[in-house]
Amino acid sequence: MNNHLLLRVDWWSVLCYLILVAFGLVNIYSNIYNGITLSLFDFSNIVGKQVWFFIICLIIWIPVLYINCTLFEHLAFILYSIMIILLLGLFVFGITISGATSWYDFGGISLQPSEFSKIAVSLMIAFILSGIDAQLNKTQTFLKFWVIILLPALLIIAQPDPGSALVFVSLIFVFIREGGSFYILTINLAFLFIFILTILLNPINTSIGIALVLILIIYYFSRQSKKNSLWSYFVILFVGIGFSFSVNFIFNEVFEQHHRDRISLTLGLIDDVKGIGYNINQSKIAIGSGAFNGKGFLNGSQTKGGFVPEQHTDFIFSTIGEEWGFVGSFGLVLLYTFFISRIVFRAEKHTHSFPRIFSYCFASILFVHFTINIGMTIGLFPIIGIPLPFISYGGSSLLAFSLFFFIYLNLDANRLS
Amino acid sequence: MIRKYFFICVIALVSFSYTAQLVYLQLVQNKYKLLSDNNAILKQTIYPERGLIYDRNGILLVGNQPAYNLLYVPENDYAFDTLEVCQIISISKNDLIRQIRKAKKYSYKLPSIITQQISQEEYALFQEKNWKFPGFYLQKKSIRDYHIQSMANVLGYISEVNSNELKNRPNYELGEQIGRQGIERTYEKFLRGKKGVAYFQKDRFNRIIGPYEEGIYDQQPTASSNLFLTIDYELQNYGANLLQNKRGGIVAIEPETGEVLALITAPNYEPKNLEGRKRSNYYNLLRKDTISKPLFDRALQAEYAPGSPFKLLNGLIGLEEKVINPKTSFICQGGHYYARNAFMECHLSPGTVNDLVEGIYRSCNTYFAQTYKGIINSSNSVQEGIDKWNYHLKSFGLGDYLGYDLPTGRPGFIPNSQYYDRWYPNKSWSVPTVISNAIGQGEILTTPIQMANFTAAIANRGYFIRPHFTKNTTDSMDLIKKKTSISPENFKPIIQGMHQVVEKGTARIAKIKGIEICGKTGTVENFIKLDGKKTQLTDHSIFVAFAPKENPKIAIAVFIEHGYWGSRWAAPIASLMIEKYLNKKIQRKRLENQMLNGNLEAEYKKPYLGKPFLINE
Repeated sequence: MNNHLLLRVDWWSVLCYLILVAFGLVNIYSNIYNGITLSLFDFSNIVGKQVWFFIICLIIWIPVLYINCTLFEHLAFILYSIMIILLLGLFVFGITISGATSWYDFGGISLQPSEFSKIAVSLMIAFILSGIDAQLNKTQTFLKFWVIILLPALLIIAQPDPGSALVFVSLIFVFIREGGSFYILTINLAFLFIFILTILLNPINTSIGIALVLILIIYYFSRQSKKNSLWSYFVILFVGIGFSFSVNFIFNEVFEQHHRDRISLTLGLIDDVKGIGYNINQSKIAIGSGAFNGKGFLNGSQTKGGFVPEQHTDFIFSTIGEEWGFVGSFGLVLLYTFFISRIVFRAEKHTHSFPRIFSYCFASILFVHFTINIGMTIGLFPIIGIPLPFISYGGSSLLAFSLFFFIYLNLDANRLS
Repeated sequence: MIRKYFFICVIALVSFSYTAQLVYLQLVQNKYKLLSDNNAILKQTIYPERGLIYDRNGILLVGNQPAYNLLYVPENDYAFDTLEVCQIISISKNDLIRQIRKAKKYSYKLPSIITQQISQEEYALFQEKNWKFPGFYLQKKSIRDYHIQSMANVLGYISEVNSNELKNRPNYELGEQIGRQGIERTYEKFLRGKKGVAYFQKDRFNRIIGPYEEGIYDQQPTASSNLFLTIDYELQNYGANLLQNKRGGIVAIEPETGEVLALITAPNYEPKNLEGRKRSNYYNLLRKDTISKPLFDRALQAEYAPGSPFKLLNGLIGLEEKVINPKTSFICQGGHYYARNAFMECHLSPGTVNDLVEGIYRSCNTYFAQTYKGIINSSNSVQEGIDKWNYHLKSFGLGDYLGYDLPTGRPGFIPNSQYYDRWYPNKSWSVPTVISNAIGQGEILTTPIQMANFTAAIANRGYFIRPHFTKNTTDSMDLIKKKTSISPENFKPIIQGMHQVVEKGTARIAKIKGIEICGKTGTVENFIKLDGKKTQLTDHSIFVAFAPKENPKIAIAVFIEHGYWGSRWAAPIASLMIEKYLNKKIQRKRLENQMLNGNLEAEYKKPYLGKPFLINE
């Protein structure tokens, strides 16, 4: 606490942040470049818009950095409440873009509260979990934790923008880190596994599989001479088989056609490169054709031909893959890995729990965006329309993630040592 | 502590698997480069012009002409005057809108066909105004240009391959033409040539900037070959004119070579009507005409009883089997009792004595019934006898496909012992049962080309060469002299008889000054089922002939449905055809006019008028 604030700032993270934003701008530029040099500060094109948003971010940075770090703790509940109100307000005042009522319109600039809700939820969770008698294995804290997440998530699903709501799933990492039960994770993973297995095979084979796995577990425990009630295994068996048999119903009745298509595409059940598989196929072509060195800045024929839809927003990684090749895309993966890991390691160094939990939330949310976004462009994840933080075009996203990052920087710089 | 490192482990895992996928996509797999190139490289197929078709004398029958398809690329379009487009290219507004919607659904970047083969005038008009319609393009294509009105049955036609055919034909692409029926189908490979490919580099704005990699991957198209038919255009055309308003077929063959000089079926249709946009309407019209059946190639597919010309073959077999000799005579009682109360009529007056030559030119039923009986009875059993008879006939190419180079045809039918054994269990059949075969009625079926072919075999005194339609693809055909089972010396009396048929027999009308014609008339009884009842119709008029007698140049079979006597229609028409071919000029103008103007439509309508009618008037 003796050094000057600027010396305590995590400059490595700042460097990552600046590289990511700059790289994003370069690729957005390439996306819309059509032979005429574009002005970088012209609000009429999307690069100019993004540059202006970045400038706004830099302006915000200074006050956010100098705010007293304890203020965030005090403001958590108020900010969270405001966020819920803003999300509710969307149903009345929101404007609809491509089917989802997720935006407020401020004279040509539209902002998406769901992007900012991630910050509010993170602050609130950090606030609740850093309370004196907060224990995640206590029912009260456990419930608080999930209600804080579910409330905005449900409001966002209702927009409907389930992709953005899915991001909150990442807070399971915070849950685990802060002493939540591993069973929750195990059960969820088991359900996911059964779900995928049933779609790939069928309920009967899956049920047989479940039974076999349980027998192995029972055998293992009996060798360890640990006694568990057989009844609990039967319950697990029945729930597992029951779920397996209801998967088809969920898949066909609860999900919508484009959900089904996207899941089937990722699992390789259908291969329709002209129709529903067009996006992902073109994206893979773009990335794959980049080879080692890439085709070079502004030279991506896929990017220029406009073959990949949504390429400046959700599918921007395909431009990176095409024009910067393996060097660029692997570099980006490495950079992200370094950035997120650094945030996690720095979080662990906090002695106070509020900044640690908040940083952890930030890392988790960054991570899930990274995983889903890049995963879908390279064909490892179903298509879920969420942006690549700091890189994809989008004012709200850039602003929200920057703000998120600045708060992290503030808390990190003002650690109690 | 596991909770501390759980997240880090997951991060590491995801990063690792993503890196692996990137390695796979960008470094291991190289198909994506190709796929990306496909997006950025324009592949253009160059189609060679389809081969031309000439007649035997080098007269162009089928050429090519340009036709234009109207294409549409949604991406380049902006608002235009729909009605104006409709007016220029004569398409309804609804169709246009539907096509545009379809195109947009298909692709915004790729061209879709709006309409095909617009006319020259429409093309010129549209070309002039094309600047108003930026989304539209005209694509040049080549279609057939017919210089002949008849002969659709020989030529066949071309049309676009359909998606079903594409599955089995990897060399074809959607929109390409393929030969259908006739010469176009048989010689598809020959006429089509081999298409070439040219690659163009598109820049990143999707504009063509030049050949890709200096054109090293381009393939020049291989030019197609022109086809020379054996058909004589003049003769073919003349025959088609002679068959106007009649139904039937004419087949003319050069006996020495087996080359088909003319193959006419009537009614017929103009080949150019099966081109392009008109096709489907017109084709349906033809298809639905189930009474005159214009799509039915009577020359190749119509299986008729051959009638009296068949007596020639029975005579030949009789001579070969030594049942008769040229001197053998039979008395005709105005017919022939072949079993109790069963009488085969003959038009000759009772008591006439005929030797072989007389039997032929007088077309005596009794003579050939006796001969046939002799043939069958010369073996140990009727079964053996009829199979021997069958064997001889088969050597004339009857009862089976002839193996000519057009895809359509019928085998005809020559019965054997198995056939009768099946029909008459306990083998309760004998010569009288099958006596109709003696005079070419009964179970025998032949097609006109088979009749022309056996006439050619007689003209050649004992062999024929498989009939064929092209002169310059004969390497692929196995053109050998096919010997008949009859010794050459036995043909002499038969040919003598055929000569007398024209000189003083049933076909005196076919006589041409200065040309020795050998022929044989036929008048074939025939029946149809009318309202479920077997009804006899007017006889078919048949004539087979060859000329000149020595060193024959043409063998011909003419078949006129319901023309009554062979000498009434078939013989004069055959005679005119021979005169046309050998003399190039018709002297007998009166006969020619009579045949050209002859109309049998009234005869054909009779059964469908719904009232009783007379036949053989």
